[in-house]
Amino acid sequence: MAVHAHINGIPVEVPEGTMILDAARSVQIDIPRLCKHPDLDPTAACGICIVKVEGINRMLRACCTPIEEGMKIVTHDPEIVEVRRTVVELIMSKHPNECLTCGRNQNCELQTLVAEFGIRTVALPNIVPDLPLYDDTEVLTIDPRKCITCGRCVMVCQEMQNVHALCFLDRGYGTRIAAAGVTLGESPCVKCGQCSAHCPTGAIVEFDETGKTWDYIKDPSLFTAVQIAPSVRVAIGEAFGYPPGTNLTGKLYAALRRMGFDAIFDTNFGADVTILEEGTEFIQRFVHKSAELPLITSCCPAWVDFMEKFYGDMIDHFSTCKSPHEIVGVLAKTYYAKKQGLDPAKMRVVSIMPCTAKKWEIHRSASMAASGYQDVDVSLTTRELARMIKQAGIDFRHLPEEECDRVLGDYSGAGTIFGATGGVMEAALRTAQDLLTGKALKKVEFKAIRGLKGVKEAEVEVAGKTVRVAVAHGLANVESVLERVQEAKEKGDEPPYHFIEVMACPGGCVGGGGQPYGVTNEVREARARGLYTEDERLAVRKSHENPEVKRLYDEFLEKPLSHKSHELLHTRYQARLTYSR
Amino acid sequence: MPDAVMVPDISRTVQKWRNKRGSLIMALHEIQNRYGYVPRNVSLQIAQLMDVPLARIYEVVTFYNYFKLEPPGRNNLSVCLGTACYLKGAPELLNELKSRLGVSEGETTPDGEFHLQSVRCVGCCGLAPVVVANGETLSKVQPSSIEGLIHRCHKEE
Amino acid sequence: MAKLTFEELDKLRDEYRAQRAQRSWIRVGTSTCGIAAGAEAVYRTIVDEVRRRDLDIDVQRVGCVGMCYAEPLVEVNVQGAPRTMYSEVGTEAAERIVAEHVVNGNPIPGLAIPGIETLGYEDDGLAARQGKQVRIVLRNCGLIDPTKIEDSIARGGYQGLKRALFDLREEGVLEEMKASGLRGRGGAGYPTWLKWKSLREAHGPEKYMICNADEGDPGAYMDRSVLEGDPHTVIEGMLIACFATGTSRGYLYIRAEYPLAIDRIETALRQARRMGLIGKNILGTEFSCDLEVRLGAGAFVCGEETALMHSIEGKRGTPRPRPPFPAQSGLWGNPTNINNVETFANVAPIIVRGGEWFAQWGSGKSFGTKVFAVTGKVRHSGLVEIPMGTTLREIVVDICGGVPAGHRIKAVQTGGPSGGVIPSELLDTPVSYEGLQELGSIMGSGGMIVMDESDSMIDIVKFYTDFCVEESCGKCAPCRIGGKQMCLLLEKIQSGKGTWADVDTMKRVCLAMQKASLCGLGQTAPNPVLSTLRYFEDEYRALLGAR
Ligand SMILES: Cc1cc2nc3c(=O)[nH]c(=O)nc-3n(C[C@H](O)[C@H](O)[C@H](O)COP(=O)(O)O)c2cc1C
Ligand code: SF4
Ligand code: SF4
Ligand code: SF4
Ligand code: SF4
Ligand code: SF4
Ligand code: SF4
Ligand code: SF4
Ligand code: SF4
Ligand code: FES
Ligand code: FES
Ligand code: FES
Repeated sequence: MAVHAHINGIPVEVPEGTMILDAARSVQIDIPRLCKHPDLDPTAACGICIVKVEGINRMLRACCTPIEEGMKIVTHDPEIVEVRRTVVELIMSKHPNECLTCGRNQNCELQTLVAEFGIRTVALPNIVPDLPLYDDTEVLTIDPRKCITCGRCVMVCQEMQNVHALCFLDRGYGTRIAAAGVTLGESPCVKCGQCSAHCPTGAIVEFDETGKTWDYIKDPSLFTAVQIAPSVRVAIGEAFGYPPGTNLTGKLYAALRRMGFDAIFDTNFGADVTILEEGTEFIQRFVHKSAELPLITSCCPAWVDFMEKFYGDMIDHFSTCKSPHEIVGVLAKTYYAKKQGLDPAKMRVVSIMPCTAKKWEIHRSASMAASGYQDVDVSLTTRELARMIKQAGIDFRHLPEEECDRVLGDYSGAGTIFGATGGVMEAALRTAQDLLTGKALKKVEFKAIRGLKGVKEAEVEVAGKTVRVAVAHGLANVESVLERVQEAKEKGDEPPYHFIEVMACPGGCVGGGGQPYGVTNEVREARARGLYTEDERLAVRKSHENPEVKRLYDEFLEKPLSHKSHELLHTRYQARLTYSR
Repeated sequence: MPDAVMVPDISRTVQKWRNKRGSLIMALHEIQNRYGYVPRNVSLQIAQLMDVPLARIYEVVTFYNYFKLEPPGRNNLSVCLGTACYLKGAPELLNELKSRLGVSEGETTPDGEFHLQSVRCVGCCGLAPVVVANGETLSKVQPSSIEGLIHRCHKEE
Repeated sequence: MAKLTFEELDKLRDEYRAQRAQRSWIRVGTSTCGIAAGAEAVYRTIVDEVRRRDLDIDVQRVGCVGMCYAEPLVEVNVQGAPRTMYSEVGTEAAERIVAEHVVNGNPIPGLAIPGIETLGYEDDGLAARQGKQVRIVLRNCGLIDPTKIEDSIARGGYQGLKRALFDLREEGVLEEMKASGLRGRGGAGYPTWLKWKSLREAHGPEKYMICNADEGDPGAYMDRSVLEGDPHTVIEGMLIACFATGTSRGYLYIRAEYPLAIDRIETALRQARRMGLIGKNILGTEFSCDLEVRLGAGAFVCGEETALMHSIEGKRGTPRPRPPFPAQSGLWGNPTNINNVETFANVAPIIVRGGEWFAQWGSGKSFGTKVFAVTGKVRHSGLVEIPMGTTLREIVVDICGGVPAGHRIKAVQTGGPSGGVIPSELLDTPVSYEGLQELGSIMGSGGMIVMDESDSMIDIVKFYTDFCVEESCGKCAPCRIGGKQMCLLLEKIQSGKGTWADVDTMKRVCLAMQKASLCGLGQTAPNPVLSTLRYFEDEYRALLGAR
């Protein structure tokens, strides 16, 4: 049902339940806000979005007040603006003046707001509490002094991700963001980085490793290789003024080369290898009943961490296959090194990822050093790479398009769609159906498992058998899927699914915790579209048809799940304590 | 997650509440009453037994004044700082206690003997100012009677 | 005891009444306050004396009479002597009372004070008078043993429930509530029947009724006294509300600082459950309802209804925006209604005697009576229940004896940290929701603090502002930071280093807090500052110099 109202005298008609904030936007009125995030329910914490409604003495919060029939709303008048200014001043009075050295400088919602309000002096004393950093994970750095208690990260961590690593402690003036454990490392944090992606300020930022990366590049004795993840290519442009979803693979290769990397690889190649291994694993379980079904994907390290902490009893269902960038890392220091006659001890591999959890994954266990050396040395986020490109003085927009380096670079369309939720499953199905039927089937698109619905289910007919699959993204969505599996298991029933894909971040890696700020569902969709468009354009759309992958198996690994591939490309899991104590 | 070693009577306390809605704070009250504070290992056990995240327990325990994370003193003295008591001289009582015990509000004496805190009204405003000594409400307390009060607590050990 | 039917309820009432009418009794006030003043020792002395002398008299522990200044209180009624209230009774006086009054039938005039005149059983115990006071909420307080459901039943307890179930039914209850004009006594003054109507019309798998017994306002203890002195009245009010709104589950959210009140309510719930007054098929009808206690844990903001519900859910007590209102989405997302203790205590009398009976008191938009806890620099501090429309001066001077001799009333503060100060010149204002608001204060829950010329208004303001800073939940920026900055500004002014520019900044922060805070705590926290700036600017001038 539609409701009608007037905002600053302009008539609006919006569906019932529309908040004043959104209704105003529909008539080109921008109400300032600080705590509301389009992904999240309103926390109503900042008090900046207040507006007047005729007949009501208080001011109401536009972010969480639904429009009612006949409302007369004023969004800007001298009194409202004065109140907003005072609230901004109050927030500033409890905030450190550290923009110059802040991870969010020039990209901070608070800073922008202050700039827009044109506040030149604050009449109130600066009363920043002295609180220590949380930086023991070396993945994320939390600076509680910069926190404006908007509540976004708590909602993300507790409700969107169901991890409950972050919480508010104490109350009133002393309210502070904290890890539920003594340190972040002792908390159940799975390092997905969604908190940092949603934080409006520099209170939660990724652990910066750009300096370390420059050191490798500059060291002439080292051979430094780099790889980019699928979803980086369609997001990095946002840092250079491109619309979300613009595919900039060629410019990225060029930029990396100019930055001084010795070899430019593509994680999409690793994704194709993952599919061969994982797809074969699936067939072993599905056809040869080698182990229990469902098989669950494991290329998202935050999900791996989550499962080890909260669903230790599901370990046997996990694919043992490593994530694509780890595969590229280990192959670079073995296969590639051998081919090129490089000393792996003198090699460094840098991953450019949409992801903060990969910073943790590279040290996750001994199998992350299957080459005899740490397989991936540094994992940077898309945001870090964007900063490095700027530091290197590269005019990104005008770069020519280049190619990546061969051997670990060629990829199929299946490899590229890995970056969107459902992509891993779709890629696996493309390969599995061919392997099961022994034919090269025409059907490559599985649209039922695309898109942003929290849990997607599909049944796929392959070689006369039905494969039941589920795709979940956003960790809170995983629960219902796993519960169904566990229930069936307890009852001794047939498993509800044969194959499950899980990605920790909503939207999959296109919405990763290390991607450029300001993600919304529209942005996630645009980035995913960028990937699907590339897939459509590519001649090779199935992982097992990637000629470089074929060569890899012919020359080095023999076949999927061979002894060698087990040694290099697979890993093991162990149940962990939720809280270290 | 692997099981922690359970203290049996904690699990009994929690058992009573675990299937009732809205019972986390009730369970924490029982723990606080038993130990005088909410010990960390107990929090971890409640988390496991009641299937609530540890974050929730700490959020709650640090939000509400009633719950403490540190063990209390053997004697607990609370000075009411509600309006009626404030007007009738509670600040002087608090100062007297502070100087006699050598601690600030919210602190415990180094020997663990006395914990001093303030409360905001215990509902005896008509008989202000009020001090609650080990659960017993004392009315119309004068600064001159503080010394005797401390002495009495000592003796009652 | 077997479950009661409605005929049995009446039979029991008559039986208990008849028994009690025959008896002589001694009542000792043993609420928290009485106990703090030494009432336990007095009670024990009297029991010992009565036993030693083998006297045929009931010794009862009763709740709060309301004369706090005179605690411990002992009231004696023996055949042949006038009923007498004794004040500030020590153990020696207690022995004397037994010896002289009870045994010899000679009341001791030197110890006696005027007590409360009851209208007796004939009147169903629904109102009692004491001077200008009219006791509806406190009608049983000090007259019954709150740990005995029989006492309550004898004075008409659960007759309102019976009338609701058998005569009025749901619509009828709402009609009477509407006619009574009863408005919420927890502070906001929203018409009670309207809230109930919304809940009645709401749909959900389960509905909840909550009694707000968080009473966090410092200097206010009306609700504690009712819970301790007459718990069945609160339970009965809740049951009627549940019945009228189609609700079968309720919670009493009581602050943990009130251990005796918690105990008395728990006892009362057990008794009522045993008699079938709560539980399944109440009084043999299809109406089933259960009530449980949940405790607060030391957070003033949990008196705010959305924070309270979060607290019951086992979360931090932070408020959330409304809409959705609790009647649409409350506890665990289900339709919920919250009323204050005093509001519920008014319900049974309204149902028994009718809404119009109740509306005979008060005027304008405020009807019935209101309980105030009058404390501070006043001679007879205590609980008073007055009809709406009584002036502040009548309360403070006529009922509570004014300030001690040699002093002058400077101001009266109502509404606690959300309220304001009312200077002595304005004490002839009649008490009503609107009247007090016009003066820049609020009715609030009923705290009334009297200040004399020795009290500094800026100190008081600082006191309340500190309170709000300590009790702010910290969720929203205007209140969390604004309150703290206001404290710093006040400190600066108190220290003599302030300027009028600081006052202007303070006013700006006040405006931001009023307009942009999420809940009532932050929205009203500036009231003490603004009302002292309005009435006592000279005290600021004394510290800041002329503008
Ligand atoms: C900060 C704050 C504290 C409150 N404390 C109480 C309280 O202690 N007791 C109470 O009954 N209402 C309190 N209220 C009012 C309640 O939110 C609510 O309006 C009331 O319980 C409704 O009951 P009523 O309609 O019967 O008054 C408080 C409100 C606020 C904003
Ligand atoms: S969080 Fe924003 S406003 Fe604060 S220091 Fe960093 S950039 Fe500046
Ligand atoms: S914006 Fe101002 S403070 Fe920041 S660097 Fe420039 S001159 Fe300095
Ligand atoms: S990284 Fe993910 S799990 Fe860790 S605190 Fe942030 S949101 Fe929570
Ligand atoms: S850390 Fe960031 S997201 Fe979390 S509450 Fe603070 S400002 Fe908001
Ligand atoms: S989609 Fe995620 S897991 Fe897969 S390659 Fe990209 S970053 Fe790695
Ligand atoms: S979904 Fe992608 S970006 Fe997010 S944690 Fe997993 S691998 Fe990293
Ligand atoms: S409020 Fe007054 S009468 Fe009631 S307990 Fe306190 S002192 Fe006694
Ligand atoms: S106004 Fe104060 S108490 Fe209310 S929500 Fe905001 S911070 Fe919490
Ligand atoms: S945006 Fe509405 S309160 Fe923060
Ligand atoms: S103000 Fe001290 S008991 Fe109420
Ligand atoms: S007479 Fe007991 S509380 Fe006042």
